[in-house]
Amino acid sequence: MVQYARALDASFAALSDATRRGVLEQLGRADASITDLAEKFHMTLTGMKKHVGVLEQAGLVTTEKVGRVRTCKLGRRRLEQEAEWIERFRQLWEARFDALDEVVEELKRKEKVDGRKKRE
Amino acid sequence: MDARRENEPTPMPNRTTVERKSERELVVTRTFNGPTRIVFEAWTKPELLKRWWAPKSAGVSLLSCEADVRVGGSYRFEFGHDGSKRMAFFGRYIEVTPYSRLVWTNDESEDGAVTTVTFEERGGKTLLVLRELYPSKKALDGALAGMEGGMPETFEQLDELLVTLGASVGRA
Repeated sequence: MVQYARALDASFAALSDATRRGVLEQLGRADASITDLAEKFHMTLTGMKKHVGVLEQAGLVTTEKVGRVRTCKLGRRRLEQEAEWIERFRQLWEARFDALDEVVEELKRKEKVDGRKKRE
Repeated sequence: MDARRENEPTPMPNRTTVERKSERELVVTRTFNGPTRIVFEAWTKPELLKRWWAPKSAGVSLLSCEADVRVGGSYRFEFGHDGSKRMAFFGRYIEVTPYSRLVWTNDESEDGAVTTVTFEERGGKTLLVLRELYPSKKALDGALAGMEGGMPETFEQLDELLVTLGASVGRA
C-alpha cells in the first residue's frame, strides 16, 4: 500500500507539468526520440531529457537507446494499474462471497432442520 | 480421519476469479457449496442480501438495503464510511428467473453497467457467473479506478486524471 502510494506520488509529480502531459499524449500516438520530442515542444535536448527522466521515474514512460538515438514509449504502468484495479475488484467480490458462503451454509442447515421437522 | 476423507473429499477452497472479457465487460465467477435454490434465495431476499453484500473487510457498512426482486422492481443500497459520506447504489431488476438468472441495471450514473448473474447447478453446487456490461470502455475504466475506496481524495483525483489521460491517449 505504501509502495503504491509512493508510485502515485511520483505519477502525480510527473503529471503536474503541461509539457510532460503533452509528451505522454504524443507518445500515445507514436514512439519518439528525445530529439523529436525536444523539437516538437520547442525546447532544448537537455530540458526534454529532464522531463522524460521524470516520466520514466514514475513508470509512465520507458526509453531504449539504439545506437545514438534514445527512443521513448509509453510505460507499462497503465496495464499494471489496471491489473491492480481488477485485483481490488476481485478482493471485494471474494470478501462478499466468503460472507455469502456463511449464509448458504446457514440456509442449508435450516433446510435440513425444517425437513426433519416435516418428517416428524 | 482417513476413512472420512475417502467418502468426503476435503472441499477445495472456492476461488473467485475476475476477468476483463472485453473493453466493456467484467466477468466474476465463483462456486458455492449449495444448490441453486439456496444461493438464489440469498441474492433475492433483502434480509439475506444485506448480510453479505457489504462485508466488514470492505471497510464500509450497509446503512440500508431495499430490494424488490421482481421484473421492474427496484433496489437501493446505501453505504457509509464511518457514518460520514453516504453512497447510494440503485437500479431496477429487468430479468428475474427463479434459481437461474438475475439481471439488473445500475442507475447511479449513465456510465452504470447492466449486471447479469447466472446460477448453474452442478452436483449440488452452484456455479455463479456475474457479468457487468458497461456502456463504454471509458465507463469500465472509470469504475475500476473507483475501486480505490480507501485512498485519500487526492489520489482518487489523480486516478481520474490518469484515466482521462489514458482514455485520450487511447483515442488518439
